[in-house]
Amino acid sequence: MEHFIFGRLGWDDIAIFDVFRDPTVSNIVGSSAGWLAVIGGVVVAALLLIKGWWRPLLFEWLNTTDHKKIGIMYIVVGLVMFARGVAEGVVMRTQYVTAFEGGYLTADHFSELFSTHGTIMIFFALMPFLIGFMNLLVPLMIGARDVAFPRLNQISLGFTIVGAMLLMVSLVIGKFATGGWTGYPPYTGVAFQPGTGPDYWIWSLGLSGIGSLLTGLNFAVTIYKMRCPGMTYLRMPIFVWTALCTSILLIFALPPLTAVVIMQALDRYLDFHFFTNDLGGNMMNFANLFWMFGHPEVYILILPAFGLYSEFTAIFAGKRIYGYTSLVIATMAIAVLSFTVWLHHFFTMGQSPTINVAFGIATMLIAIPTGVKVYVWIATLWGGRIRMRTPIIYLAGFILFFAVGGYTGILLANPTINFTVHNSQFVVAHFHNVLLPGTLFAVLASIYVWFPKFFGFRLDERWSATTAWLFIIGFTFAFMPLYMVGLMGLPRRSPAFDDPSYIPYMIVTMGGALCVFAALCTLIGTFVVSAKRREELAVPGGDPWDGRTLEWATPSPVPEWNFAFLPEVKCQDAFAVEKAQGSAYKIEREDFEDIELAPKSWIGLTIIVFGTLLGFAMVFWIWWLAVLSALALLAHAIGLGFVRDEGEIIPADVVERTERDWIAAARQGQGTDRTDEVSARNRGFSARITEA
Amino acid sequence: MTTSTSHLQSHPGLNLGAAHGQAHADAEPVVFGFWIFLMSDLVTFAMFFAVYATSLQATAGGPGNADIVDVTSIALQTGALLVSSLLFGIATVAMKHGSAARTVIFWLIASLAFGLCFLGLEVRDFIDAADKGAVPMRSGYLSAFWALVGLHGLHVAVGSVMILVVCTQIAFFGLASDVKTRVLRLGLYWHFLDIIWIGIFSVVFLPGLLT
Repeated sequence: MEHFIFGRLGWDDIAIFDVFRDPTVSNIVGSSAGWLAVIGGVVVAALLLIKGWWRPLLFEWLNTTDHKKIGIMYIVVGLVMFARGVAEGVVMRTQYVTAFEGGYLTADHFSELFSTHGTIMIFFALMPFLIGFMNLLVPLMIGARDVAFPRLNQISLGFTIVGAMLLMVSLVIGKFATGGWTGYPPYTGVAFQPGTGPDYWIWSLGLSGIGSLLTGLNFAVTIYKMRCPGMTYLRMPIFVWTALCTSILLIFALPPLTAVVIMQALDRYLDFHFFTNDLGGNMMNFANLFWMFGHPEVYILILPAFGLYSEFTAIFAGKRIYGYTSLVIATMAIAVLSFTVWLHHFFTMGQSPTINVAFGIATMLIAIPTGVKVYVWIATLWGGRIRMRTPIIYLAGFILFFAVGGYTGILLANPTINFTVHNSQFVVAHFHNVLLPGTLFAVLASIYVWFPKFFGFRLDERWSATTAWLFIIGFTFAFMPLYMVGLMGLPRRSPAFDDPSYIPYMIVTMGGALCVFAALCTLIGTFVVSAKRREELAVPGGDPWDGRTLEWATPSPVPEWNFAFLPEVKCQDAFAVEKAQGSAYKIEREDFEDIELAPKSWIGLTIIVFGTLLGFAMVFWIWWLAVLSALALLAHAIGLGFVRDEGEIIPADVVERTERDWIAAARQGQGTDRTDEVSARNRGFSARITEA
Repeated sequence: MTTSTSHLQSHPGLNLGAAHGQAHADAEPVVFGFWIFLMSDLVTFAMFFAVYATSLQATAGGPGNADIVDVTSIALQTGALLVSSLLFGIATVAMKHGSAARTVIFWLIASLAFGLCFLGLEVRDFIDAADKGAVPMRSGYLSAFWALVGLHGLHVAVGSVMILVVCTQIAFFGLASDVKTRVLRLGLYWHFLDIIWIGIFSVVFLPGLLT
């Protein structure tokens, strides 16, 4: 009976009590993390109740279908998970300092750390960040009122949160996998890991993968079908192009992940033999399928970041992006090539040299379009009136380090070199070298750039710049030494080593990791300080940086309906051109109409609650709960087809009043010179209005 | 959900109202989105096909392809599925030409009946295979076989439920334009499953028949 109710969940699975059962250092660290998650959850819940914040959370955020709010929620989820990922990184670096003939964590605990760290950073930090920015920016940049399927968008967010929740639950109840974020069987099969770990991996990736796939579908349709009049493909901002490529990658790359997760689940739950050692299982199928997803995934993580860099480089250089068309072609080329290189992730797993060479060459080819991009950014800066704001600090760090990351990528693409350094810390250095400067810096810089657009006030410049420097310095010391120890022979994912010459490097990397942790703290500090000074930093005009694309042609924060009239564009960088010609901030039409917005929906919350329960129940074999949760999800999905909500109507006079107030303010507002943009005089009105 | 109409191409499906009317404009992103979903689903099937193809020799001494394929049953299943698809096509054409809701429901239910025949035969085959010891736990080959054929069967089962749902919606709301686009999308899905079946027939069953 107890087995029926609780499945295989027992008291021993409550990981936060490990510390009382067996107070080793390893358990203290593990349980503390669990307690931190529990206490954090309780504090948040208490604040929601006491401050009454649950009401807006429930009725303005969780049921919204507004792409801007959904985008913000994605980024918040990303920040929470990112904080955990950084903390795990620091713990692992500390382990390496003590790892000479030992280390303070058990090998299993260490393995669990690098597994969750990788899974979190890729699926629940960087992806939500970028999908968040796609949500925030794409509809505005193409002059649309929302994405093509607003409710589907909420569903996607719901599934992403389910995955993140399962990872947080795994901190408190049960254990996560120890097989790394790639979860290679047979090590993650039942024979070697009968526990809950790989099941957590299966369900968090499987369920959040559904969300990502739907996001790709949604944005592909949005970009193909919802562009405003005049927004031809070659007038779309570069970020929209990269979002389109990412959507295409999501559509085609997620199915292999879905397939491989289903097969792994069948192996583990129903004793199938896809990837087992015995009875005809073949783990090479796993490697191939996983990396058919995994390699495009790398470009899912980097292409939108390239797009963000392109947008704000143009803004802060005060100049049109150089070589727009070549940038578009380069982006598409990378998207196509990304499907032809997956095998370079396992050069050493037994293919013939011919195959390795073919994939090696394909991999090196990617350096060409990527190189084009780096030159494009440099050429955009060249001759521009560059303002050294925080985003440009990140950009400088990015161009420098990303080039290094690219070179080491080319080294790794050579199968002969790869045989020597594969599975060493060199690889760890390489992918952190591309993903931190490439994606993370882009995201942090973009938070600075677009925060004022959606919250109505700028971020404090000094705190932001400090954060940028700390991230750059921290990154340098945390990861550059790993190239050295990698070449010296230290394997990745190894909890201990026996060569004392690694120790000095490990101390340096720990210093770097602490610096990154400090950067995380100043990042949080930036939000707190800026929120306190929000009156002073307010930019109601909506254009604090002299922006170039359509999203800046709206007030800050952006009204729920985005545009009073769907814009009509005649060229690239439409808003910049309008400002230059003096035709911006004008109301040329009088026929304001009621605007219908997508109806609110509870499907997202249903998915969060029952999706998490379903995942948890499957992990712990609580079959009745799994069936009930699945039925609840199914019932809600079918029920949706029978509900015909009228969308929310924004009356024409509200639209008109908002628009007229904003235009009037813009025309009277004191335009600020761009060199003065971090002072309190910057209210988000471009100087060029008054000039014209 | 409104789209700007200046750059609309005609959507890849049947016109459901006056050409270039509002229903047409509304259907545009929805039908296009569904095609994208089908493309994505096709890739999922492709992965199962690939795993099946690499597992042909992985029988681990257990039953192989020739031991579990029942020619008559496969022929009947193929026939049932194709007829079901044809009937769905008739339902869509009836809808386009303004037939009564009742007529459309009739053709949809007829299509469902043949779909269920297919499923019934397939389940019987699976039970027969299991009786012969060809369970998926027996070998890598059988895992891949059950997963590929089963995935298609699961899709047909989901489609069957959706036909019932759509019929109920027609009964509730009549042939409103949003219901019409649902029928249209479900039709795409249903025909798509035929194409997958032809793939399965050629890759899984045909080699078994030849040996």
